[in-house]
Amino acid sequence: MATAIGLAGQVDWDVPEQTGLWKDAWVRFRRNRLAVAGLVVIVLMIVLALGARLPTAPGGLWRILHLTNEPFLQDVTNSYATPSLQHPLGTDILGRDQLSRILYGASISLTIGIVVQFLILGIGGSIGMAAGYFGGWIDNLLMRFTDIMYAFPDLLLVLVFVAAFGPSFWSIFIALGLVYWVGLARLVRGQVLSIKEKEYVEAAIMTGTSPLKLIVKHLVPNSLGPVIVTLTFGIPAAIFTEAALSFLGIGIRPPEPSWGVMIEDGYAGIFADPRQVIFPGIAVALTMLSFTFVGDGLRDALDPRMRR
Amino acid sequence: MTADPILLRVAGAFKHFPISGFGGGAVRAVDGVDLEIRRGETLGLVGESGCGKSTLARLITALLPATAGKIVFDGQDITRLKGWRLRRVRRKMQMIFQDPFASLDPRMTVGDILQEPLDNFAIGSMRDRRRRVQELLRLVGLNPNFTNRYPHEFSGGQRQRIGIARALAVNPSFIVCDEAVSALDVSIQAQIINLLQDLQKEFQLTYLFIAHDLAVVRHLSDRIAVMYLGKVVETAGRNDIYERPQHPYTKALLSSIPVPDPAVERERAPISLKGEIPSPVNPPSGCRFHPRCPIARVPGICSEQEPPLEPHGARDQVAACHFAGQA
Repeated sequence: MATAIGLAGQVDWDVPEQTGLWKDAWVRFRRNRLAVAGLVVIVLMIVLALGARLPTAPGGLWRILHLTNEPFLQDVTNSYATPSLQHPLGTDILGRDQLSRILYGASISLTIGIVVQFLILGIGGSIGMAAGYFGGWIDNLLMRFTDIMYAFPDLLLVLVFVAAFGPSFWSIFIALGLVYWVGLARLVRGQVLSIKEKEYVEAAIMTGTSPLKLIVKHLVPNSLGPVIVTLTFGIPAAIFTEAALSFLGIGIRPPEPSWGVMIEDGYAGIFADPRQVIFPGIAVALTMLSFTFVGDGLRDALDPRMRR
Repeated sequence: MTADPILLRVAGAFKHFPISGFGGGAVRAVDGVDLEIRRGETLGLVGESGCGKSTLARLITALLPATAGKIVFDGQDITRLKGWRLRRVRRKMQMIFQDPFASLDPRMTVGDILQEPLDNFAIGSMRDRRRRVQELLRLVGLNPNFTNRYPHEFSGGQRQRIGIARALAVNPSFIVCDEAVSALDVSIQAQIINLLQDLQKEFQLTYLFIAHDLAVVRHLSDRIAVMYLGKVVETAGRNDIYERPQHPYTKALLSSIPVPDPAVERERAPISLKGEIPSPVNPPSGCRFHPRCPIARVPGICSEQEPPLEPHGARDQVAACHFAGQA
């Protein structure tokens, strides 16, 4: 029956080479050299951090392979050693090997930076989604609460939470999540508000899509791009805040060597041996820069307007 | 099937969008519309941008709740329906949207888009659904193997075909086409219009065809309703409205269609309306067309009394004008 109806003869069948949306984004991401370089650094950093922690013996795989020393082994007779084959980045005031401590610190910084984003996604994503989807007084209530949270200086609020929970890895993790969800909630709400007005959402409603399915199949996937970008930019922010907290002495507890802890330790002797601050500082800066470049690349790659 | 020849009846439909903030007020997008659509016909609905056509379409499809009035579809009042009762109505009533670039979810493949209605209404087994998706694509003149392609890989006309296939998926009896061809090139418009006509014959569909272009509507419609500033000002059979327009606004609209004959076109004096379409927040008193009307008596009955829709001219022709058919 279709033959009489379809206008097959007149339709041009030429459709561009098939590219999925993610494949398409990857092609555009690859064109941004800085972003690719950032991604390489991040992957390298993750591999180095994993090797420093697994297996769980001090120093991990790198120690077993005799590539580095143990991060906790003290040798007070050899403090502030200059870089050598034995200690490529020198030692700190207690004679501990700096390189192995920086690699161990990478695992703490990266874990906090990345895992906190899931907490932020959970809190900010659901509050923003609820506000945008339901609108009305629910939107008003949730957004005014968000505004109040937004009004506090970030670091001050994190300090309050950490002080309340007591300093530990988990309290920093929770404090960062409780403070940094605000921006994401606003973003998601805005996304949902604009997507809700799109004709494809009306079309989905017309074809009988239930509210839950509408959220899961249409609203979430379509707001994902900017959310991923925001979370990527959130990683260096969280890493930096952890370093700042540790530097202020209320973050990670020594002897666990997070980068912030190392900078604080070295800060005392900055004039005697500036390397104590410089090497962990470079690690923080390099990581933050890499994530920022990757975020930039993702933003351009996931923006449908950039599609040729 | 009930014997009632009227498939859809709109009675006194209002849609006011409140303006938030101090002062209040409301945009009166649809301001008292009465309309009937008969089984198997195509009713063309025309009017300028901003006259409330698309809002009326969303009231009829219950995408927006009406402020007041009644919409009766197939003998059932759908104005206050919610949840599954409303979804059941939507198996019989579908919509084709204006913008082929906004009406398809960019994150879904064509196959998923077309299968969604079948999944939602649990039509057939999974294998039936996949077969039905291919059948739908063939029906609208697309390659049935395009199911794993994404919307951005298609041209505007092809996307609109996908939108049409989605509307057909659940076998509806009534389809609202909200400016379904306005965003397309003229050559593509003709293809889509022919497709819509073929589909209507094949499946005994009833259309509400919304457009701002009288020439397109003429080709497709059995009857035509003209809307101005939230109200229907004239309804008539296609030929009657073109040959004997009763409302001065209809006359002005018709005279704006260019004639494809240079000799005639040079002699022709199109009626040009004064001014802009007034704001629907604060429509004019009396007949809302009177500030722009070439035959209005102001001050007088036109600025004081709102004309009702009354029979004028041909059989089956109604117009809302105190001086219908004159000048």
